[in-house]
Amino acid sequence: MRTILVATTALLSTTFGALAEGELNLFNWGNYTSPEMIEKFTAQTGIAVTVTDYDSNTTALTKVEAGGSGFDLVVPSANYIPVYVRKGLIAELDHSRLPNIGNIAAEWKDVPWDPGRSHSVPWQWGSVGIAVNTTVYGGDVNTSELFMDPPEELVGKINVVPEMTDVINMAIFNLGGEACTEDLELLKNVRDKMMAAKPKWLSMDYGTTDKLSSGDYAASVNWNGSTMRARINNPDIVYGYPKEGYPLFMDSVALLSDAKNVDEAYQFINFILEPENAAMISAFARYANGVAGSEEFMPEDMKTAPEIVTPAEFAAGGKFLPTCPQSAIDLYTAIWTELLK
Amino acid sequence: MSRRHTPGRSKGVNGWLLSTPALILLLLAASGPLIIVAIYSVLEKGDYSGVRWILSGEGWFRVLFEKDIFDQTISLADANLSIFWRSFKLSIATTVITFAFGLPTAWFIATRPAKSRAFWLFLITIPFWTNLLIRTFAIMEVIRNQGILNTFLMHSGLISEPIQILYTDTAVLIGMTYVYLPLMVLPLYAAIDRFDFRLIEAGYDLYASRWQVLRGVILPIIKPGIIAGSILVFIPSLGAYVTPRVLGGGKNMMIGNFIELQFGQGQNWPLGAALSTVLLLVVLVSLLVYTRASSRDNPNG
Amino acid sequence: MDKRRAFDVTTLPGFTTIAILAFILLYAPIVTLVIYSFNGGNSVNQWGGFSLQWYAVAAQNEAVQDATARSLIIAVWASVISTTVATMAALGTTRRGKFKGQTMIYVIINQPLMVPEIVTAVSLLIFFSSVKVATGYSGLGYLILAHSAFCIPFAYLPIKARLEGMDTSMETAAADLYATPWQSFRYVTLPLLLPGVIAGAMLAFIISLDNVIITEFVKSAGQDTLPTYMLGQLRRALTPEVNAISTALLALTILILTLFVFVTKKRD
Repeated sequence: MRTILVATTALLSTTFGALAEGELNLFNWGNYTSPEMIEKFTAQTGIAVTVTDYDSNTTALTKVEAGGSGFDLVVPSANYIPVYVRKGLIAELDHSRLPNIGNIAAEWKDVPWDPGRSHSVPWQWGSVGIAVNTTVYGGDVNTSELFMDPPEELVGKINVVPEMTDVINMAIFNLGGEACTEDLELLKNVRDKMMAAKPKWLSMDYGTTDKLSSGDYAASVNWNGSTMRARINNPDIVYGYPKEGYPLFMDSVALLSDAKNVDEAYQFINFILEPENAAMISAFARYANGVAGSEEFMPEDMKTAPEIVTPAEFAAGGKFLPTCPQSAIDLYTAIWTELLK
Repeated sequence: MSRRHTPGRSKGVNGWLLSTPALILLLLAASGPLIIVAIYSVLEKGDYSGVRWILSGEGWFRVLFEKDIFDQTISLADANLSIFWRSFKLSIATTVITFAFGLPTAWFIATRPAKSRAFWLFLITIPFWTNLLIRTFAIMEVIRNQGILNTFLMHSGLISEPIQILYTDTAVLIGMTYVYLPLMVLPLYAAIDRFDFRLIEAGYDLYASRWQVLRGVILPIIKPGIIAGSILVFIPSLGAYVTPRVLGGGKNMMIGNFIELQFGQGQNWPLGAALSTVLLLVVLVSLLVYTRASSRDNPNG
Repeated sequence: MDKRRAFDVTTLPGFTTIAILAFILLYAPIVTLVIYSFNGGNSVNQWGGFSLQWYAVAAQNEAVQDATARSLIIAVWASVISTTVATMAALGTTRRGKFKGQTMIYVIINQPLMVPEIVTAVSLLIFFSSVKVATGYSGLGYLILAHSAFCIPFAYLPIKARLEGMDTSMETAAADLYATPWQSFRYVTLPLLLPGVIAGAMLAFIISLDNVIITEFVKSAGQDTLPTYMLGQLRRALTPEVNAISTALLALTILILTLFVFVTKKRD
């Protein structure tokens, strides 16, 4: 009992000391932050970094919005950045304090969700496509028909990740619509086609890397980095880029308006824009970053990975999802509820 | 029933006094904040999360009715109802199955020699020292197509094709039974342990069959334990979230997942709040009915 | 036991078989989990040869160790606090005959059972956030408070089940012998009640250890528990590292229990 008391007192008091010099609180997706990179940062600057995990954009937004969370930096997805900005939750970045700001790769310097990168810098980006086990299905993998109308071989063997926004938008692309569309005629077709396809799906679940590797799933709507890890375990896995269109995502680092450790946060942001450090982030989580020149520091197997380096012919299909208006989200939630009832 | 130090009229005062610490804790960190939820259910939904402070009946309307997004007709919310109904069915089944396993297990433990009882009790709880998520993944390991169960059955020649258990309602039932079994066993054990086995003796002396003894002597005496166990299993099952998501494959929601959807990706807090309030009321009413009923046949109750 | 009868009256047909079966079913997944903690591969479901590498990984991962320690500390506090107040409440609401408001107490105590976690989580987040902003304190206290509260019904119900119908004659006898209420509680009621209290405390402990959603919403910076740490990994891939941690935790539990049994035996 005494040890517990002592340990508790120690833990209880650590947060009181949070204002001490050289502290930084990063609020990031789980299993997304390279520990080696953090170690290097601490060694260089003497700033102790505490990483706290979240599991979804909505959880992160809800916690930050409630206030008093004690975080300094957060890593929202592209379509959430404008929401943070509109609600005044993240601060405008002072580029003069970021000597490395110029290292952001040209294509990520001015993005629709954050014009001029005034509020965020790239962390990692990737795509949502379809992973297929070629021993089960030998046909064309670069199409979203694989889950919207599964071929015979994949019936009862395909998984769809339960990400409402990604999946519905992929279905909209499949039927020729635009992201965030509110075209009811089209959405009706989307619903009907998904309702007809659902009985042919095995499951709607996460944890795809393992189940693809082990052969429990013959195919899955999946992220590119996860597919790469599955392919390393099981060479029969390939990643398909649906030609009808597929969602891209980019998670970016932003400084919270109520951050207490602003100086440290700037040092950190500047640090991750260094190509070598950005490559460490990618090497850990297996997604591309947005920093020019980081390629040469990347692990060998990522430089050529077909999941990471999008083949030119499929690059046009990748689309960033804008922040859909609330009315569109309501429509999608209704379809999703109908689908999962 | 005269007790020197607790005269009858101070019963209530003492009852309240003894319950006060628990009540304060609950009001501070459980029931009190729920008022927020009740308030949210009658507000307008906010921009991408949260609420706007404008009164609105939309959340409550959407619990029972849905406006077809395509032709704008209003009908009973059949999706919501089938989600509620599925949760209800699965929770009843879970309670029944945990009882079927729990009673013999609790009985077995309670009839061990006094010294080894603690050992068996710990044996029940040890699997639960591993986290729920890991346990659920471990169950998945056992029942999946290439898992232990199917491999074993195929090797022994009982089946030639793996049985698809994972991602079915059966998998959810197996998982929930596993997760909630100790919640049934421990209260049952607590009730059986104070059981006077001379009563069974007396029962047999009256030439009752084993079944009659079980029904006529044992069950009535351990009834408080059965009720406690059933409440502990049934109610959390209703709101279960992790098990249906992982073992059920997430293709069909239970209430817990549905409410989470509203607070999460659906970004409709008022509907989520209204759904929670409905669930709360359903459970509250059934608890009230139960306390009324049980206090009628048990004056001590 | 009565020797006249051909069978032991405490056994019921099939009960032992079902009980043994229940134990086997409880341990089958745990055994799998332990086996995969020694996996040489990087998957939780594909065997890649025997190796201790994941123990090495876990031993180096400070985040996981901190999270595990934090989970245990919260669970110990939550079970001690909730069992104490639940025992008091159970004594207050059982065997005293009816009193005004008894049903209401009963309903409030069981309230945490009635609401899906996500609802409690969101309301606690909103409430605690305003407290955090107002007081500036953002330590583990909030998590301990929240865990203690939702553990109360889990501790209360087994204790109440034990108390109900527990013979009152012993306490009446104690009172007749001029024992103070405290004395009769300490030397008569508590020993009789102990199995219920132990059952309640164990339930509270595992319920706290398992909690994900409420913790995820209430935690402040740097307060990941083992479950929230794993929730964050769920979308990506779980590695046998979590199996290794769980196995280590199991081994530790068994060790402590064995020591406990050993020590108490010696004292006898």
